[in-house]
Amino acid sequence: MSQYYLSHLQELESEAIYVIREVVAQFEKPALLFSGGKDSIVLAYLSRKAFYPARIPFPLVHIDTGHNFPETMEYRDWLINELGVQLVVGSVQESIDKGRVKEETGYNASRNALQTVTLLDTIEKHKYDAAMGGARRDEEKARAKERFFSHRDEFGQWDPKNQRPELWNIFNGRKNQGEHFRVFPISNWTEMDVWQYLYTENIPIPKLYYAHEREVISRDGTLLSTSPWLNMKPEEKPMIKRVRFRTCGDMPITGAVESDADTMEKIIAEVAASRKTERGTRADDRRGETAMEDRKKSGYF
Amino acid sequence: MNQLLRFTTAGSVDDGKSTLIGRLLYDSKSIFEDQLEAVTASSAKKGFDYVDLSLLTDGLKSEREQGITIDVAYRYFATPKRKFIIADTPGHIQYTRNMVTGASTANLALILIDARKGLIEQTFRHSFIASLLKIPHVIVCVNKMDLVKYDESVFDKIVQDYKAFSSKLEVSDIQFVPISALNGDNVVNRSDNMHWYQGATLLHMLESVHIESDYNHIDSRFPVQYVVRPQTNEHQDFRGYAGRVAGGIFRPGDDVLILPSGFSSKIKTIEVNGKKLSEAFAPMSVIITLEDEIDISRGDIISKPNNQPEVAQDIDVMLCWMNQRSVNLNSKFYVRHTTHETRGVLKEIQYKLDINSLQRVEGVEQLVMNDIARVKLRTAKPLSFDSYRKNRITGSLILVDEGTNETVAAGMIV
Repeated sequence: MSQYYLSHLQELESEAIYVIREVVAQFEKPALLFSGGKDSIVLAYLSRKAFYPARIPFPLVHIDTGHNFPETMEYRDWLINELGVQLVVGSVQESIDKGRVKEETGYNASRNALQTVTLLDTIEKHKYDAAMGGARRDEEKARAKERFFSHRDEFGQWDPKNQRPELWNIFNGRKNQGEHFRVFPISNWTEMDVWQYLYTENIPIPKLYYAHEREVISRDGTLLSTSPWLNMKPEEKPMIKRVRFRTCGDMPITGAVESDADTMEKIIAEVAASRKTERGTRADDRRGETAMEDRKKSGYF
Repeated sequence: MNQLLRFTTAGSVDDGKSTLIGRLLYDSKSIFEDQLEAVTASSAKKGFDYVDLSLLTDGLKSEREQGITIDVAYRYFATPKRKFIIADTPGHIQYTRNMVTGASTANLALILIDARKGLIEQTFRHSFIASLLKIPHVIVCVNKMDLVKYDESVFDKIVQDYKAFSSKLEVSDIQFVPISALNGDNVVNRSDNMHWYQGATLLHMLESVHIESDYNHIDSRFPVQYVVRPQTNEHQDFRGYAGRVAGGIFRPGDDVLILPSGFSSKIKTIEVNGKKLSEAFAPMSVIITLEDEIDISRGDIISKPNNQPEVAQDIDVMLCWMNQRSVNLNSKFYVRHTTHETRGVLKEIQYKLDINSLQRVEGVEQLVMNDIARVKLRTAKPLSFDSYRKNRITGSLILVDEGTNETVAAGMIV
């Protein structure tokens, strides 16, 4: 006798595929925002599942800050080829050169906030009317209130107090000219779900996620990889440590954790035992209690 | 196999709802150190001498300022037995629409009652919404037992009162548990203060409630989402219908009937990612291919010849109005039902429900935000639907404003 229910991971997968298909059915020119991180990797593989044997019917859009880990770029190019999908790059360096944004200075300078302008410019340039992202509600408290289909006005802004109610699985993607949607198919996944899914589906991930030897400095309790873009203070001394990354953001702001987890099984065990959230290693979220909400309102991922 | 349980909580500032959620997350070790540190710091900044666990759930700036939950917030935690999604909704009457939103996807509703106050207006409202949205399971938590000296008779009285009231509602599975969210009694760990209570802890109830039958596995319904046509050399003639099973069980070889066209065919394959499946049931996302080439598009429903949904243009609906702007008779909308969209007009308001007293108010010509009413809709094209009681997916619809594109109402087909 068959069991007529799904495991939680199967149910989350089914929900995400449903959302991705809704996007393609409801919008004229959707795109998938690809960061090279594990969440957007899961999204890319879910997209393949949603339409197979047809190809993924939208491009992967990478907002390139120019401050990426080389491993991320290597993986990105491999994946594009593997999935047979189109890649579109929006360059933050270009936005800086054109004077659209001004580079931050100082020890904690980052291009994180600058991405918003490049992202909105890229969406406008290519006339994308839906941009899918791998954000999850468990990541951050402002994200916990986000819809699957999140409306953005013609300035790309999010209005958290005036969101459309989202009932059952009926998604309303209706909009006026110039507006667009951000869509988050894996809203209901947790960090652990993502790892378990990568594991059960046997999906390759960038080497950064596995423990490796790396030259780092310690700043405010976070280990940062040395790179040409990291402004080091005189007292900061580089050292070699065995580390891995829990998220895959920009090189100067993504903190590493000391770890021996060099296999997927060990990573899952480590995540399960972890007492700190993955964003706890992100300098961009530490700029105040509502840092994420503030960035999201102006059009951030 | 670990299952997913989605539950909703509704409550106001005072009944300890956020504290209860904080307690569930904290005692199940789903709160991380850095989250706890942040909440501890915020509590100190506000001058509290305790850690305000509600700050874990109230995420938006305006919520933290006002100390109230405005929007639905989703929270996640897992135990070795199950994974949980909490839709945390504000309980005040002006947020009925948020309660309805949270309830729409829930398997279970947590209803909080303050042991000192007993049943109040909000209890009736939350219970009615749970019943209206056909949440299959309800757990009534009698909270703040510490403030009534853990008195058994207080708990018993509330259980009796609730049973008397809920006999008027359509909720079949109700359980009761006496708790103190603040102290953790009977939430995750058994209480030492209530030896008279022999039942399970709240977490144990959440882990063991039978949810396998929450989806309809009898009436086969497959709303077509998208037609997959690769048009590559390898898959020249492939034409698959992508969708998520909304009810019943589909197998290759099954005779099927397509609505509203009425064409019939047989299922050739059911597949995902190129892998052939022997059957598909709700809520699986799959691709179905058929033996015959027929014209099928998004919004059509694949069902069985001997078990079909109703097809009609005049539809009776329980409607929850969710927009600031009121609505009058003969207003027009987009109607979204499963993957289908058509236009519709509000033909008749039969009565409005006073959701506190459950009294019907007749002779109403206008609905305002948070009103719940029984109405008649007329659609431009026929809908293929079931009653909401029979199937929450094929029995639900939303109304979208033609000018602003906002989602303005939720409807449950009667």
